Amino acid sequence: MITIIDYNAGNIRSVLRACAETGAKAATTSDSKVVAKAEKIIFPGVGAAPSAMEYLRKTGLDAALKNAFKSGIPILGICLGAQIVLDSSEEGPQKCLGLVPGKTVHFRLKDKLLKIPHMGWNEVKVIKPHPLLDGIKPGDEFYFVHAFYPQPAARENVYAIANHGGDFCVALGYRNLFATQFHPEKSGRLGLELLERFTRWDGTLTPK
Amino acid sequence: MLSKRLVVCLDVRGGKLAKSVKFVDTKDIGDPVAKARQYYQDGVDELVFYDITASRENRDIMINLVEAAASQIFIPFSVGGGIRSVEDATRLRNAGAEKVNVNTAAVKRKELITEIAHAIGSQSTILSMDIRRVNATRDIPSGYEIVINGGVTPTGIDALWWAKTGEELGAGELVINSIDADGTRDGYEIKLTRMMADAVGIPVIASGGAGKPEHLYDVLTEGHADAALVASIVHYGEYTCRELKEYLHGRGIKMRMSY
Repeated sequence: MITIIDYNAGNIRSVLRACAETGAKAATTSDSKVVAKAEKIIFPGVGAAPSAMEYLRKTGLDAALKNAFKSGIPILGICLGAQIVLDSSEEGPQKCLGLVPGKTVHFRLKDKLLKIPHMGWNEVKVIKPHPLLDGIKPGDEFYFVHAFYPQPAARENVYAIANHGGDFCVALGYRNLFATQFHPEKSGRLGLELLERFTRWDGTLTPK
Repeated sequence: MLSKRLVVCLDVRGGKLAKSVKFVDTKDIGDPVAKARQYYQDGVDELVFYDITASRENRDIMINLVEAAASQIFIPFSVGGGIRSVEDATRLRNAGAEKVNVNTAAVKRKELITEIAHAIGSQSTILSMDIRRVNATRDIPSGYEIVINGGVTPTGIDALWWAKTGEELGAGELVINSIDADGTRDGYEIKLTRMMADAVGIPVIASGGAGKPEHLYDVLTEGHADAALVASIVHYGEYTCRELKEYLHGRGIKMRMSY
């Protein structure tokens, strides 16, 4: 059973439906007690980091998520969920979850013809193997819609990049946490395949 | 870098697929969700469901359609037609639409754009506009006028001004629909599209006039559009989404081919 965290950050029904499409059982919750018992977590989100962090704190979901991470269960973060797992975000002064060292930054593009937000389909380049990225080939594109992106402090936490006026991190991983800036639930067949791999992931990096 | 996008628009009337030429003479041509699923599997990058009746009774029909689409289609799709309030926009978004299109209601009350953008985000708020060529005047210096109510009522509003205003108010994307070109299959209005794309910092979807693949090539290059919207050329089976994308890819336009 996949527990999808609902923290008032955008519409998560697409994630729920995409899980259903892969055949996995999934349910949404904003109850920190339910999260505490979760076997597997998806932490999606669209919107602003400051209000999301406030909601997570108010509801105790921040602590539940941190505990879930410590306990070793597999966690997949999507979009905002890939940003607030870091220490901080340029979007606001609040501290973020701090599960992975680093910060979230805003696009600063020199080329004025390039638009912000980064919205549409772009190539995801895998630079370090990970079970969840297994099967992604050069040229494979996923759907993005964001104005900020994660910047992990350690190179070893960066698994995939994309280019929008320069290369930037689009998939980060640390132990049992993996997170994508792009939306697997909106990226067609390739995205569904990534979600399907997550349904089978045990949270470790050892090859089987 | 970002790929250019192929967007297919499905006009929906009473929950059924419909197609109009120059905004009149609509006919029913099938089940929208089944058609949308077919386009999704054939590689379309994005879909638009446009409710052309846009009456109050139709609201729930559209919600049901959006929910059905969202459980079968895993690419972004937007909804438009008769969206008049933040509640309309939020309901459709919650039902599964990635974005909503506002048109006439925004022209009548421009604050609606900001209100919707605040509620669901700029990236989900598309300002669509129907535009006709006119002689340039002091009030319409660009020579392009905004028309509302499904392309029926001229407003005296300059389209270029409206596009820039829409961006300032919080729209995250524009659909530029030429009603002169719409349904003619003679090509997009390149001059209009380019003028709009160059004037704003948000993505522009070109709409109206696609008849053959070359037209898409022209609007995505010379027209500076980020996306090309088509309807009849795929609905009547003249071209598949795959054929259009392979043509564009073959001519050097970066398109998503990994579907």
